Amino acid sequence: MRGAALLLLLIVATPAVANTPLPSQRLANTELPDPAQEARARGLMETLRCLVCQGQSIADSDAAMAGDMRALVRQRVAAGEESGAIRSWLVSRYGDYVSYDPPLSRATWPLYLAPIALLLIGVALARVSFRRRR
Amino acid sequence: MSNNRLLWLPLAGFLVLVVIVAVAMWRPADRTVRSALVGHPMPAVALQPIVPGKPGIEPGRFARGRPRLVNIFASWCIPCAAEAPQLLRLKAMGVPIDAIAVKDTTGAVQDFLARYGDPYDAIGSDPASAVQFALGSSGVPETFIVDGEGKIIDQHVGDIRADEVDALAARVKALP
Repeated sequence: MRGAALLLLLIVATPAVANTPLPSQRLANTELPDPAQEARARGLMETLRCLVCQGQSIADSDAAMAGDMRALVRQRVAAGEESGAIRSWLVSRYGDYVSYDPPLSRATWPLYLAPIALLLIGVALARVSFRRRR
Repeated sequence: MSNNRLLWLPLAGFLVLVVIVAVAMWRPADRTVRSALVGHPMPAVALQPIVPGKPGIEPGRFARGRPRLVNIFASWCIPCAAEAPQLLRLKAMGVPIDAIAVKDTTGAVQDFLARYGDPYDAIGSDPASAVQFALGSSGVPETFIVDGEGKIIDQHVGDIRADEVDALAARVKALP
């Protein structure tokens, strides 16, 4: 009985990680009136990493900071800024880490070359095994 | 003969994989997102005051010859409350501290300062996290070390612990 009462208390417990008292910005969760601009903003948001959740894009995250970043993206798209310019503004602040569309660099070339190399190995293996069967 | 040796190849590959996973488990990667602005000048930001009687942050404030800390905090952030005694000690040691209050209200900041003390020379309000993005900051609390010319020397992610205070004060005082 006492255990059950203690368990019930958990329902009304407040979470230890607090959040801001300010309401989220309008553009965090409201689409831009121009569908073309919204599509461009959406495309960019899906390739930007949420900084506090890290495994999600800002388009997918409910974190307050992701909402603010969506608002920032929509404001800049609405102001006519290029998607590439918005991405590089963020990359100049947070590094390539913030982008889900990593550039070809010294750290990332295996990502781009590995599929090609694996495909070539597969073709070679297939050729050898087909030849053997004949 | 050569075929026999090839037989061991998959096992060798598997062992390499085991070693990679074991190393990553013993020493997990550092997931902290650091600002890419370290070594660059502070962005010229203008922030409204959030508490009456205390200035906000005007552009050019950081290039006036006095190295300082810029603390990014929020009244709703619990580690920020835990960090407050360390900031008060830094202030007592003569380190100037400015603050940026993220997504906060005047009343909540006033309560926070009344409860945990007020080490700040100025507090600018950043209601939409815009300045946080401009600084490459990814959470609260964070503290930027800025030299007298307004250049960002380093970024401290997370709350400043009691055993870090002396080294931090010495670092700020050694700056031009």
